[in-house]
Amino acid sequence: MKIQVKVNGTAYTSEVEPRLLLVHYLRDVLNLTGTHVGCDTSQCGACTILVNGVSAKACTMFAVQADGAEILTIEGLAKDGKLHPLQEGFWEKHGLQCGFCTPGMILAAYQFLERNPSPSETEIRHALEGNLCRCTGYHNIVRAIQYAAEKMK
Amino acid sequence: MAQAKLFGSSIKRREDPRFITGKGLFTDDVKLPGQTYAVFVRSPHAHARLRRVDVSKARAVPGVVAAFTGKDLSGGGVNPLPCGWLLPDIKIPEYRAIATTKAHFVGHAVAVVIGETAYAARDGGDAVEVDYEVLPAVTDGEKAVAPGAPQLHENAPGNVAFRWSIGDKDATDAAVRGAARVVKQRLLNQRLIPNAMEPRASMASYNPATGDLTLWVTSQNPHVHRLLMGAFVLGIPEHKFRVIAPDVGGGFGSKIFVYPEEVVVSWASKALGRPVKWTAERRESFLTDAHGRDHITDAEMAVDGSSKIVALRVRTNANLGAYLSTFAPLIPTYLYGTLLSGVYEIPTIHCEVVGSFTNTTPVDAYRGAGRPEATYLVERMCDLTAKALGMDPVEFRRKNFIPASKFPYQTPVAFQYDSGNYGPALDRALQLLDYRKLRAEQDAARREGRLLGIGIASYIEACGPAPSQVAGALGAQAGLWESAQVRVHPSGKVSVYTGSHSHGQGHETTFAQLAADELGLPFEDVEVIHGDTAAIPFGMGTYGSRSAAVGGAAVYTAIARIKEKGKKIAAHLLEASEGDIDYDDGKFFVKGSPGRSKTFQDVALMAYLAHNLPKGLEPGLEATSFWDPPNFVFPFGTHLAGVEVEPDTGRVKILRYVAVDDVGRVINPMIVDGMVHGGIAQGVAQALWEYAAYDPGGQLVTGSMMDYALPKADDLPSFETDRTVTPSPVNPMGVKGAGETGTIASTAALANAVLDALAPLGITHIDLPLTPARIWAAVQGTRKR
Repeated sequence: MKIQVKVNGTAYTSEVEPRLLLVHYLRDVLNLTGTHVGCDTSQCGACTILVNGVSAKACTMFAVQADGAEILTIEGLAKDGKLHPLQEGFWEKHGLQCGFCTPGMILAAYQFLERNPSPSETEIRHALEGNLCRCTGYHNIVRAIQYAAEKMK
Repeated sequence: MAQAKLFGSSIKRREDPRFITGKGLFTDDVKLPGQTYAVFVRSPHAHARLRRVDVSKARAVPGVVAAFTGKDLSGGGVNPLPCGWLLPDIKIPEYRAIATTKAHFVGHAVAVVIGETAYAARDGGDAVEVDYEVLPAVTDGEKAVAPGAPQLHENAPGNVAFRWSIGDKDATDAAVRGAARVVKQRLLNQRLIPNAMEPRASMASYNPATGDLTLWVTSQNPHVHRLLMGAFVLGIPEHKFRVIAPDVGGGFGSKIFVYPEEVVVSWASKALGRPVKWTAERRESFLTDAHGRDHITDAEMAVDGSSKIVALRVRTNANLGAYLSTFAPLIPTYLYGTLLSGVYEIPTIHCEVVGSFTNTTPVDAYRGAGRPEATYLVERMCDLTAKALGMDPVEFRRKNFIPASKFPYQTPVAFQYDSGNYGPALDRALQLLDYRKLRAEQDAARREGRLLGIGIASYIEACGPAPSQVAGALGAQAGLWESAQVRVHPSGKVSVYTGSHSHGQGHETTFAQLAADELGLPFEDVEVIHGDTAAIPFGMGTYGSRSAAVGGAAVYTAIARIKEKGKKIAAHLLEASEGDIDYDDGKFFVKGSPGRSKTFQDVALMAYLAHNLPKGLEPGLEATSFWDPPNFVFPFGTHLAGVEVEPDTGRVKILRYVAVDDVGRVINPMIVDGMVHGGIAQGVAQALWEYAAYDPGGQLVTGSMMDYALPKADDLPSFETDRTVTPSPVNPMGVKGAGETGTIASTAALANAVLDALAPLGITHIDLPLTPARIWAAVQGTRKR
């Protein structure tokens, strides 16, 4: 099937199998390997991206479902070489260790801060329920998101 | 003027820019022309004879390139997977990458299908026909070694892999007999599943023209992979086999081992002349990553009339799963029995361990590896004993601490602790928690019928296993040193090659801090390279919290050699004698005349120009070190947890978590704190939620992230951390290990807190994990009485 998508501002037209997962389309067809697959079953959130501005787990969508959509992945977050405050926060506050969950974590937080620009720690922790990290114990991920929220004010 | 020290500074990680922009390179990100994809067909039965494995229909599926059975591999010269630690009289079953005669656990590979795409390979996998004769299975370690249990391996009668013991049995038995009081408890240390966020993956590429094999693999120790896979399994010598462990998304022990899948893709790439990639689905991670823990233990702690511990007697059954994973025999023996003295002066200890085979996934090192099991045992027993004596658990511990004056301290279970001072870490933790105030709040809460609890764990950890000679005498099939190579370029910039591997630890930052400091160079002038056997002379990798203490010491030693050679060159250029040259802050200078100097860059350039070198000195400026430490290092500390238990739901709320660790001198406090946080989360998860559950037939019923309770952000509190600093004497930097302390201490601290909360109800013990269901059931049990 033919699909048309705009990913990180660039338009693509591709012929795909109907069963091709969106995450495999991004990784294998477009070579955007920043979006990771951690669990295949939408629990871990490593594959979180934004589809038409809404965070979505790319391992649980078919590429054909994204036909006509605008997609933002981790590769498209920095603008003109300048890191997004969330990226900056994760770096400043040591919000990552192995870095595997990080792209999904950042994009989940991106949508969360759009909806709640001044969150409490409890609200941040609740918002991260769909994203698992095995390295940090979430302590510094919370600090990273607090840093970004402050910076984005 | 010496520059600001990098050692000890919380500088930001240089790894991070690539990870926060999506530019990391994990194994599954590697793409090669003509690559194919492997999918494994796995046994749905825990124990079954393979009557027939037929891959012919799979081969006919469109897009399928090839399909192989276990017999294709063994016929093609693939040997069984090796065991890397041999105990006396150990029984080693033949562990084939793909089963040939019997499947011994759910998830055991019985065939592999290779396709042009992963989707085609999966279609092919569905077409593989397997005729299983299902056999009775056993999943419990104690039941496995009981008479009449289903037998797994012909060469391991009674499903016993080994019987091992440490300590003086007679002295311990006598001390227990003569003790004023003996506290007994049966303790289950449940099986865990590591769940690094990056699933295991491997990509092999064989070049038929050169005979070279390159393997990208999610490994914590690429050289160990090359050695074990090359020499033992595939028969490919090291110089024709390159192993690359690129960015690796967490390991926690599970990526140390040689697994069947990387063997199969390597062999298949050679057979097909095309690159072959395999990436685990999470379902496969649950079924095939080596699991952790799984002990059943009977413990007895004996005390005299003055509440001093006089003996500890321990009998443990360690469930090893269906086969011996790479380092499986080491974990419940030398990394467990040797830690049973904890931080206490215990005159005599005896520990017996039976290693049992069961129809479950193989068990091996998981973060802490033996030491959390030992710490949980010792710290639970301390609490139970203190309670039995009516003593405050803090005072019981303090009374039994090894006094600071007794170091180095020889335990009755082989270790000699190099250094330690346990009181200050305990005091600092109590102060941070405000222990007395919290006890008063606990009393007040109890009067209102609320259940508050305070838990303590004072722990010791042995990390950076060493030295090689001793390890060899105890059964290690590898050395336990580490290598580093420091190459100074003609411009004076420096490349540091380390055999340690970072999969989240941040060595590219911390080793650069260490090296730049020692050389008096800016941080930016030093690059750290790891994870590629073609670049790094050799290496034992990263596990057992060994990187700073062993890998870092190798870097330090190599740099000392660079400075030595630099002094020779500088002395020659300055027309001074070598003994008169000092080095500081990037300059070689004549002692007492700092004006007569050559910069590091001047000397580096001359080393390569070689126009004016001392007679007989070789050009170039590089050094390699193989550092074999004289002993383990011994981090220690005290963790405290404050919890509230809801009796009507069994839910545990963590109110406070305080960790005071002594990991020696710290290179980067921010990174150490981060590892402590993550370690605490994993240990707390063992105390409260995580549990690999098998049904009696051997199905893993917690086989997905829906069923296996990994901690989420809102399950955990923020952690309060601090440190004391007792430098280790066994390496020149005084560092210890920091990667596992959190996990080792926190399970016991949390369990003790919950059981302290439940004490007013008369509940003394519940086995891990302390889930709401178990707590609720225990509370209900007391209400029925």
